[in-house]
Amino acid sequence: MAKLPPYTSTGEYIWHYTFRVICGLIFLFLILPILVVLPLSFNVEPYFSFTEGMLSFDPDAYSLRWYEDILRNGMGAPDAPFGWAWLSDTWNNGQWMRAIRNSFFIGICATLLSTALGTLAAIGLSRSEMPYRRLIMSILISPMIVPLVITAAGMFYFYSQIQLSQTYLGVIMAHAVLGTPFVIITVTATLVGFDKSLVRASQSLGAGAVTTFRKVQMPLIIPGVVSGGLFAFITSFDEVVAVLFLASPEQRTIPRQMWSGIREQISPTILAVATLLVILSIILLTVLELLRRRSERLRGITNS
Amino acid sequence: MVDSQTVQLEPITAADGTPLKKKLAQALFRSRVRAVSLVLPLFAFVMASFVIPIIALMWQGVYNDTFSSYTPNLTEKLKVWDGMSQPDEAMYAALVVDLETARADRTIGRIATRVNQEYPGTRSLFTSTARKAKKLKAPFKDSVIKTNKKWDNIEVWRAMKITSQDLTPAFYATALDGRYTANQGFVSQDENRQIYVQLFWRTMMISGTVMGLCLLLGYPVAYLLATLPLRTSNLLMIMVLLPFWTSLLVRTTAWIALLQSQGVINDLLVYVGITADDARFSLIYNMTGTIVAMTHILLPFMILPLYSVMKTIPPSYMRAARSLGATPTKAFIKVYMPQTIPGIGAGGLLVFILAIGYYITPALVGGQDGQLISNMIAYHMQKSLNWSLAAALGGILLAGVLLLYWAYDRVIGIDNMKLG
Repeated sequence: MAKLPPYTSTGEYIWHYTFRVICGLIFLFLILPILVVLPLSFNVEPYFSFTEGMLSFDPDAYSLRWYEDILRNGMGAPDAPFGWAWLSDTWNNGQWMRAIRNSFFIGICATLLSTALGTLAAIGLSRSEMPYRRLIMSILISPMIVPLVITAAGMFYFYSQIQLSQTYLGVIMAHAVLGTPFVIITVTATLVGFDKSLVRASQSLGAGAVTTFRKVQMPLIIPGVVSGGLFAFITSFDEVVAVLFLASPEQRTIPRQMWSGIREQISPTILAVATLLVILSIILLTVLELLRRRSERLRGITNS
Repeated sequence: MVDSQTVQLEPITAADGTPLKKKLAQALFRSRVRAVSLVLPLFAFVMASFVIPIIALMWQGVYNDTFSSYTPNLTEKLKVWDGMSQPDEAMYAALVVDLETARADRTIGRIATRVNQEYPGTRSLFTSTARKAKKLKAPFKDSVIKTNKKWDNIEVWRAMKITSQDLTPAFYATALDGRYTANQGFVSQDENRQIYVQLFWRTMMISGTVMGLCLLLGYPVAYLLATLPLRTSNLLMIMVLLPFWTSLLVRTTAWIALLQSQGVINDLLVYVGITADDARFSLIYNMTGTIVAMTHILLPFMILPLYSVMKTIPPSYMRAARSLGATPTKAFIKVYMPQTIPGIGAGGLLVFILAIGYYITPALVGGQDGQLISNMIAYHMQKSLNWSLAAALGGILLAGVLLLYWAYDRVIGIDNMKLG
């Protein structure tokens, strides 16, 4: 479609370009909301809209105050001189800082748990000997499908009876369950193209089961495992419903903090955090793309 | 000669002498055990932390023993009462005894709340009578009615009879805008109290609209991505994947910034002159806001399956149709579209399933009329603390979602689900 063939009629020409314009508008719809957040987070005024100063590119209309607020909000002595005491104050008392620490802690623990269990299960599920394969697979994928409110309410109800609600362990377990379907899907997808004869070759050369797994299977499925892990991490990092039900103020995560920010005290600090999260997702997306290319190269699939 | 006839066919044996058939069965069994033991840890984990909690909650939707466990004597009497005749002296006596102990144990609040769920407006009746229960003298029927005339109302007793049953369809009846009564069975709720069925319909309607919009917007984009050269389409794919990977709350916040009355879009419209400064459109905190934000959030879930299906359709089919004399429109409708139906099914079902259980976005940008059934479940779970009703509403929603999930698995197969 790069170049239109010479027999194209005028109507088709018009349609061809109208179609591109329509698609362009849809792409704009997809990407614009995310891009709009970026400049607004540098607003000097506490509003969610562009001021006249911003539109005329007046440097005074832009500031980093909302980024500073991420650090300062909740501090004991926000106006103290910058130094070790200030840093430790923001690390220990800053509301957003605590949310950031919690998000990473819970996210990393949940990712490790769901990636480890999910990878093992995906390997088991991809074997043809597995009994009731389809049924078990659909049960293991179901956390992705069941409405989050029902999941969170059920966990809240059940975990409070066994003293797990309002603990880190409870939130980590909830997030790990929600992340496993992604790990299973991505790892299974890499295993579909896996050449079984490689395993037999390795065994015939005298390698044990563990060595075969470590030296032959693992390097080939590792891109799938890592991208599944990234999915699990972003799921946990982005999850707010389970946190709303299960977490005490001590376990507030970034989305939970944003949630109360949107509901209670709407301030551009949220936009500053949103900008940082967009940058994080760009990084994750790049990593994922690099992994995909590596996986294709390893398996000898070339782009046509 | 005799020898050769008695010789039986020896089964083929493995090196250690066991028959090969047995050996093979053993090997198969071992590999099956190995596969199961790989899956087992996750299966146990998902069961313990996900499936069992949900089943436990769902059980609450049909089982509630609050009333019977705190009022053992009255429950005994209500069990044998037919629900039609006037309550007798013995029942009033049991009521007084139970109210007195409930007051002493401080459980009266729970009893009152429980009956109030069944028969609104009776909460204070219980708490106030319980306060006086100690001083009441026989005959109890007269003295109880003297404290409050409502005790003469047989409807109160019928409500108590319903609440005294542990295993009850009453919550599901309420969730479907009905009432389960002791004397008439199921009756429909008063018109001005009917909210849930309408809410279910609205949830379906909004999900359907979002699905339709996603298809409308996703189809052209997926087509463009599938037909462009790979280098260009990979670049454009970023525009689809970046929203997909961006936090849900970030995207919701962005829509608030765009759509609110002092937001970017309204400012732009005022600037261009389409609307006056004092007549800005209310685009958010209503159904419009919910639909727009949800469409944006779920659009990638439509584009990705459509794209992966369209990618496999050879472009030569369209060219063949054209060369056989079809107009571009006809070729598209007759040749291209039918081949994309699996993608439409996959994307549509996925979007619908995800939309029907949406909670965060409606709660933040939905205002009054943009709330979905999930928001009502959360309300009953966290605010009104009527967990059984939340479980009943959740049970209906879950049944619908699982039905769609089953259909998805049947039609597309969960193995074929792709991400990114």
